[in-house]
Amino acid sequence: MTNVRIAGTGLTPFGEHSGRTGRDLFAEAGLDAVDGAGVDPADVDRLYYGNFMGELAEHQGHQGPLVAEAVGTTAPATRVEAACASGGVAVREGVEAIRSGTADVVLVGGAERMTDMGTEGATDGLSIAADDLYEIGAGITFPGAYALMASAYVEANDVDADDLAHVAVKNHGNALPNEKAHFRSEITIEDAVEAPRVATPLGLYDACPISDGAAAVVLVSEDYAEANDVEAPVSVTGTGQGGDRLALQDRDSLWRTPAAEDAAAEAYADAGIESSDVDCAEVHDCFTIAEVLATEALGFFEPGEGLAAARDGRTARDGDLPVNLSGGLKAKGHPVGATGVAQIAELTELLAGEHARSDAVENASVGVAHNAGGTVATATVHVLQAEDAEVDA
Amino acid sequence: MRHDGYDDLLDAIEEGNGFYLACPEDHGSLPPRRVCPECGSRELAEAPLPDSGEVVAATTVSVAGPQFADDAPYVTAIIDFGPVRLTGLVRDVDGEPDPGTVVGVGVAETVTTGDRVVAFRPR
Ligand SMILES: [Zn+2]
Repeated sequence: MTNVRIAGTGLTPFGEHSGRTGRDLFAEAGLDAVDGAGVDPADVDRLYYGNFMGELAEHQGHQGPLVAEAVGTTAPATRVEAACASGGVAVREGVEAIRSGTADVVLVGGAERMTDMGTEGATDGLSIAADDLYEIGAGITFPGAYALMASAYVEANDVDADDLAHVAVKNHGNALPNEKAHFRSEITIEDAVEAPRVATPLGLYDACPISDGAAAVVLVSEDYAEANDVEAPVSVTGTGQGGDRLALQDRDSLWRTPAAEDAAAEAYADAGIESSDVDCAEVHDCFTIAEVLATEALGFFEPGEGLAAARDGRTARDGDLPVNLSGGLKAKGHPVGATGVAQIAELTELLAGEHARSDAVENASVGVAHNAGGTVATATVHVLQAEDAEVDA
Repeated sequence: MRHDGYDDLLDAIEEGNGFYLACPEDHGSLPPRRVCPECGSRELAEAPLPDSGEVVAATTVSVAGPQFADDAPYVTAIIDFGPVRLTGLVRDVDGEPDPGTVVGVGVAETVTTGDRVVAFRPR
């Protein structure tokens, strides 16, 4: 099985791109990734593209060939839809295409155009990741669903929901030097705690913004990299995906995310690492509580202890396990289909020492990306390792 | 638009005859359903839904989608009925009910669209 290398990355700024089409956003990120990789677009064997709400936002289905055309290829192109995990699943498809030997160069990307829908339209669009009959019909919004998970977490573990503010403050701070981030402003614990509630106990600062944007990475086989002198010091060494019942009401626990636990176990075994080997992580913090649940599912903290760990600074830039150095979805933004791919791009730059926050993880060799769909009915985990990284198994 | 199974359940709840689907192993699920999601059994039979359940978690939603725009703020909750859990609006309470609060199940109309919705009221 061939090693899968990351040859190039591309990101548009995340934020408001009023009037721009998804195809144009993707073309910007995709061409950046291809150019940075030094790969001829004609060499692209496959394209996997994450997108969630293209029909609602842009009246556009069948986006695979549309975005392939936008970057100058007619390679077989497939749109991948797994709600907010669309990008992560697209990355996994790309990794598996190379590992199976059917492709040497895969362009993986994702984009979402959301801000033109307005708050009500985007709230409606995001909600369709839930069960239409039993959840949306019962008034569940995306923030509402995570609010129920947060309520259950607080109740089960006898902790203070106000402590979630530490996650928001940290991620806003991490995003300050990130030129691609949607929010580049510091906030205080007080700002977060006193902000209006969106769905109790979650307030305005517990939620990620509605963003437009695109992300892309070029994956290549080791053989291709060596034959074509492609510089690609970071590899994807592990991939995992897990699933769960769609509706929150049908889960055994409202605050455990077994889909992510399964994805992590699979990805760690694939890479031959353990959670204690991880130097930094980009996790799916669509809401502050989601980051807490992610750090537990990834095995960094015991179930029920993630919130205290965040409050105590263990996931901060100077903590023992920095999480979301990019700013995360919370401050960097969450153009849904792009998110899982953007995490890979940010981690690649962090591990290569080329990120605005690389100084927080000097000599880091192992990074992990966690991407969740809906209320974590889908989850992907990817392990990235810098070349010649020494890992204690 | 009518959804077979789901609207049958709402009709039944309105008539005071709520039901769920039970497999031979006693796993509960909600219609429409051809397979027990727990064990894969295809032998599903209607069983009576207990007429009260306990609040698992509740939230007050202030930012709503278009279907609930005029309902906001509203309280929505997941209720444990034993064999199944059900999500719906909570009416006739101040703020959110605490976990463990006992509620009965019924059907109400949304303010925004007049659509039927599962609704819980304190017992
Ligand atoms: Zn069963």
